[in-house]
Order: sequence, then structure tokens, then C-alpha cells
Amino acid sequence: MSEGILLGLETALSMQNLMFVIFGCFVGTFIGMLPGLGPITAIALMIPITYGIDPSSGMILMAGVYYGAIFGGSTSSILINAPGVAGTVATSFDGYPLACKGQAGKALALAAYASFSGGTIAAIFLLIAAPALSKVSLSFQSPDYFALLVLGLTAVAAFSSKGNFLKSLMMTLFGLMLSTVGTDQASGIERFTFGQIDLLDGISFLLIAMSMFALSEALLSIVGKNDTNNGATPSSNMGSLKLTKQEIKQVAPTVGRSSILGFFVGVLPGAGATIASFLAYGLERNLASAKEKLKFGKGSLRGLAAPETANNAACSGSFVPLLTLGIPGSGTTAVMLGALMAYGIQPGPRLFIDNPEVFWSVIVSMYVGNIVLLFINLPLIPYIARSLNLPKQLLTVLILFFSLIGVYLVSFNAFDIFMMAGFAIIAIGLRLLNFSMSPLILGFILGGMLENNLRRSMSLYDGELTFLWDRPITLTIMCIAALVLLMPLISTLKGNKQQAQPAVAES
Amino acid sequence: MKIKSLFAAIGMTAMTLSSITASANEKIDTSNIHFLIPGGPGGGWDGTARGTGDALLKSKMIEHASFQNMSGGGGGKAIAYMIETAAKQTDTLMVNSTPIVIRSLTGVFPQSFRDLKPVAGTIADFGAFVVRSDSKYTDWEQVISDFKANPRKVKFAGGSTRGSTDHLAAALAVKIAGGNPRRLAYIAYDAGGKAMAGLLSGETALLSTGLSEAITMADSGEVRILAITSEKRVAAAPNVPTLVEMGYDVKFANWRGFFAAPSMPDVKVKALADKLGALNKTTEWQAIRDRNGWVDLYHGDRQFYKFLEEQEVVLGDLMRELGFLK
Repeated sequence: MSEGILLGLETALSMQNLMFVIFGCFVGTFIGMLPGLGPITAIALMIPITYGIDPSSGMILMAGVYYGAIFGGSTSSILINAPGVAGTVATSFDGYPLACKGQAGKALALAAYASFSGGTIAAIFLLIAAPALSKVSLSFQSPDYFALLVLGLTAVAAFSSKGNFLKSLMMTLFGLMLSTVGTDQASGIERFTFGQIDLLDGISFLLIAMSMFALSEALLSIVGKNDTNNGATPSSNMGSLKLTKQEIKQVAPTVGRSSILGFFVGVLPGAGATIASFLAYGLERNLASAKEKLKFGKGSLRGLAAPETANNAACSGSFVPLLTLGIPGSGTTAVMLGALMAYGIQPGPRLFIDNPEVFWSVIVSMYVGNIVLLFINLPLIPYIARSLNLPKQLLTVLILFFSLIGVYLVSFNAFDIFMMAGFAIIAIGLRLLNFSMSPLILGFILGGMLENNLRRSMSLYDGELTFLWDRPITLTIMCIAALVLLMPLISTLKGNKQQAQPAVAES
Repeated sequence: MKIKSLFAAIGMTAMTLSSITASANEKIDTSNIHFLIPGGPGGGWDGTARGTGDALLKSKMIEHASFQNMSGGGGGKAIAYMIETAAKQTDTLMVNSTPIVIRSLTGVFPQSFRDLKPVAGTIADFGAFVVRSDSKYTDWEQVISDFKANPRKVKFAGGSTRGSTDHLAAALAVKIAGGNPRRLAYIAYDAGGKAMAGLLSGETALLSTGLSEAITMADSGEVRILAITSEKRVAAAPNVPTLVEMGYDVKFANWRGFFAAPSMPDVKVKALADKLGALNKTTEWQAIRDRNGWVDLYHGDRQFYKFLEEQEVVLGDLMRELGFLK
């Protein structure tokens, strides 16, 4: 293996490949920053370039673009509440409130540090154990994924503070309902399409995120009624970039935990960065003290660091099934698989025997890439954050422009634009009634996967519910989910018994 | 300066001349092709259209290729667009595949291939039935006998919705072997890769997928292919038996081909079909085809139309039997 690492170092650190990493990270960061353009678009743009260069350089370039886009993706989530990729939705939960409080600079810096740590720690895991981890990739079956998604949904508890329990639950259900629109996978039947062929493929994540978060936010700012959840639009003051020693101390364990969690969730081909970020967010909140818990969703540093670390770690983790089994766990890695096969390279158990230079150089390039990204991002933060200083008239128009264009560029379907307008209006109404949009998007993202895994489990077990306890992994995760849901209740009851004071714990 | 303007003048004259010759042959000018792709970037349709355009350009058979993605309605959006704007689509070829037949049968979209001008079917991917390397199944007969004993015990994974090609291929294979296709336990996954992960993690015993996807995994030793649905053995997998040679008359191909707007003159349709036929012999196209694991299955013009009519009958019967059609 040490030979492999040396070979990887030699290939990845060649002048040419270093240039490709830097170029890839640069392009990825910028594309990722634009709301609506995610890693898939970024990588698809790179494919024609990769045809002309050798496989290692091509993969290094694409990997650079990939984590660059994830790195940059957090920017639009934090600054304008417009998560362009499902994996950065959880980042907006606490990142945007921080920006609203005038700490945009700190939030962006923390996101950069967290991404760097997550990516680097995951790359170390990858280097040590990638071939062995292929078994982990295949250890999860549909019932286990179902349980994992149920656990992910419990993150919704974070938004049920300040007595909003019922409202959050309603929004989660609304999100779950929206995810059922389109052709049902398990039966092939159309649901809630109203005979519209444009609804056959369901509603895209991007459309929901852009209309319900970014568009409604921008439109509300015109009306002058600010975001009801946070009580402020992003302050033009970006604040200091520096984290205090105490803050670093507070966030460090979060980053450690989230890296490990994110990496292992990323290794599972049916999970990925999105689930990883929600799970990490939920985990941090559950581990936090009762007083800390209240900060989640309102600008907690831990709440920002956890999903940012986890989604980057998961991206590195997703290279395990791609490189060792030839199985893409996400749309992005599927595009990369296509590119690898175009080179005549078959990822799989034989990759690091047949093409060791590709295998190891990609992994080594991840370290380089993460360092490059940190150096690209940190000096840029003041300039990026300053975009909030733009006059409101201009900023609002820019947000409208980018969110509409972003959705249109993916589908090239004008119907989507109308749908966006409709959803933005619904979202404005709901926001004025003090409903939070976050549970909705959580329900929407997890809903489709939740249902498909449930339906698959049911078919696999011939309609029996035994799948819930048949496999130890499923049972364990289910128990954790139940515990997470019941804990606040138990502590509330305890608190009530001990003293007649109002309960601190919520949900 | 003078030399430059001289060159410019020569260039202009050349352009005028070429436009004159072009207008003389206007009816069969096929030097520009606009590809309409009914799905998003990165999918199978996208790869086929861009691969074809790329090969046509590289082999100098056309001068200019452009591409347009238009997703929505399982391809229905693009079909409606082709018909509505037919007058403008003089150089447009829309890529499509087996689903155009399936989805017009189920009524997902109101049009069928008859509302367009089928130009040529170019490539195909045959169905493959795959097991893990350590599976107890070593040939297709064992699968069939287990299926007949208890269909619930033989679950098939597939990379797409119920009623899609992966499902239909498996149902057809089971039906021809004398089993009841309605009792087939088909487990639907979001994508081919996830279905493969389902097979490898032991969720299902079998996987119904395209040969191109299965072949690379079989080469690396992770899975074995029990049978394929082509008529004859395929050069890329000479050791894999066909169902036909086992005595089951199952021929199933997920073909891909090109369609033109209804207003395109027949001469031009023929010229484009011939061009795509000639492309088959170029090394540029062969390289792209082999790289993607596609198999040559060329039907041009009238032949393609006939092929589509046959497909409609075969698939329609099967879907009726499965209960997808009434």
C-alpha cells in the first residue's frame, strides 16, 4: 500500500496535475457559489476537457471540481438562503441566521474550516481503508436505509422550538406530500400529476429550494416584511472573520464527530452527502445541552459546522463505492463513472491492481484539493460577503435572476418557472403565518428516498413488517430514532415532576 | 491591409458560392444537424445524441452539430415540441428509445412514433440477467425452476420504475419459459447503479439490466451474467448464452434511434437515414459505440418504421398480460 501512496504522490504532485487540481477547485468553487448550479453541472462541463488528457489528470480535475462545488455551495446557502444542492440545505439552517446577525464573515470562514477538516479527515480514512471499506458499502440494505432516513427526519425536531411543534410537523408533512408527485416507482402509476406531462417526473429539489427559500426571501424583502423566522435580513455588516479560541474549542469536537459520521454515511451508495448533513445536524443537536439546543436553527456555530463537515466528508466517502465497486452512489459520481469508462477504465475491485496510478492519485489529490480550496476560499470571503453590501434593489434582482436561471438551465422547461412562481407565493403566505420552510424542505428531500426504501423493503419481505426488526442494523437505527424522539418527552416529564417550573426542553 | 481585404473578398466570394450550391441542393442538405434530447444532461439519451453528433463531426459527415436538452414528461415534452414547431425543425433529429413505444401505449403522452418521422434506429442494449459471483444459480434453467416453485423466492432488481424496460425484459423471459409474469417480484431502484448495489448487498437474487452495464461488472468478477436477450451471442460477451439458444424465443432490445419532425420531406429523411447508416462503418463511431458498450442495431427509414410497428405489438401484448394495459 505504501508503494501505492508513493505512486499516488508522484502522480498527483506532478506540475500538470497540480495545475488541474487548482483549476478544478477554482472552477468548482465558482460554479458551486451560483445558486442553482451544483456539482453535476460543474462536472458535466468538464467532461469535454477530460477527453483530451490522461485518466489520472481527468479524474483529479473532476474530483477537484466536485469538492470545489460542494465547498462553494455553502456560500449561497449562508448568504442568501439559497441552497443550490441538497447537501447544503442543512448549512442554511444555521448559516443564514448567522449572516442575518451580521456574522456572515464568521459563518463563511467557519464553513470553509469545517469543509476543509471534513474533507481532509475523510481523505485520511480513504487512504488507510478504501479497499477494505467496500464491504461497508454493501452492508446496508433497503430496510437499513429506511431506518436511516427515519433517523434523518428526526432532525426536524430542531425547528419545533418556541412552541412551534405542530407547525413544523405540518410543514414536514407538506414536504413529504410534495415528494409524492410524479410517477410512483414501485407501481409505475402517476400520482398527483393532474394529467400534466410536466409533473410526470415529479418536482425537482432545486425548484422547491429556489422558490421556497431564495425567491420567497427576496420577494419578502421587497415587501419590507423581513424573514419572520429570524426577524432580520442579512445585515450589510459582514462582521469579523476570526473565530475566538473558545469558539474553536466549542466547534472542534463537532467537526471530529461529523467527519466520521459523514464519511461512513457517504460510503453507503444509497445515502450520500444530503443524508449525512441532516444526520450530523440532528446528532449535534441531540448532544447539545438544553440551553445550547435552543440556539439551533437561530445561528448556532455547532449547527453550522456539523452539516458542512459532514457533507464534505461524505463526498470523499462516496469515492469508496465508486472506485472499489464501480457503483455510483449519486448523480455526480455517476457522471464521473461515465467519464472513467470513456477512458476504458473499469472501476471496481481490480482498479487499484490494474490502474493503481488512477486510484491512488485521486485519493492523494484530495489532500491537495482541500488545501487549495482553503487557500482559495479564505482570502475571497471578505469580497464574497461584501456582495451583501450591494443595494437591496440590486441584490434582490440578482437573487431572482440566479434562482430562476438556475432552475431553467437544468430542465429547459418554462413550466418550471411558472411552478416556481406558484411555490414562491405559497411560501410567502406560509412565512407570513410564521411557518418555517426548513421542515418542508427536509420532508421533501428525504420523502422520496424514505418512500422508495419503505416500498422496496415491503416488497422484499412480501408485505410483512418484519423488516423493521429482522436485521440488526435496521433495529439498532430504529431504536436510536425512537430514543431521539422520546428523550425530550422523558426529560420534560422529569422536569415537570421535579419542579413545577416550565419545561426547558421542547418538542 | 490590402492583402487582408483581398482575403476577405475571396472568403466572401467563396461563401456566396457555397450558399448558392447549398440552395441548389436544398432539399437534401444534411450538413447541419440539431439534436433534440428529451432528457437532462448526462443520461442515456444525452450520451447517444452527443456521441452520434460527435462521430458525425469527426468523420466530417456534417459541418455543424448543435444540441438541445428538453426534459419533462418522460420525453413527452420534446415530442409535443417537435410537432408544434415542426415548420422550424428542418434540421432537427430527436433521439428516443424503447420508452417512446411503451409510453405511447400506456398513454403517458398522446402522440406516438406515427406523429413523427422515424429516421433510423442505430444502437441497442440487450437485456441481461445477472447474479452475484457467489450465487447458487449457475444457469437460467435453475432460476426458472425456482420461479415456478415459488415466484416470491426469486426477486429481480431493476434500475427503473415498474413497467420499464428492465421489468418488461424479465417478465418476458419468465413468460416465455412458462411462468406467470404477473407473479414476478420486481424490485424497483432509482438507478442502475443502485440496483447493482442491491444485488451485491444480497437484497435480491437477480438483477435485470442492460448488457452494457452488466458487462463491465462481470469483467471485474463481481457478478455473472446468466443469459442475455439477443438473438445471437454478442462479440463483447462471447461466453454468455442467449435465451434463444436455450430454446426460449425471447428477443428483447432496448434500442435507441432518431426521429424527425412530421413536416420533413421523405427525401431528406432518407438522406439522414443513409447518413446514419454510413456512420456505422466509420472508425470514429465504432470507437464511441464500443466505449459505451452499445451494440449495432441499424434500421433505416421504412425498415425502422416497420421495426417500430413490430415493437408496438410485442410490447403491447406483454404489457396487457402484465396488467399495465387494459
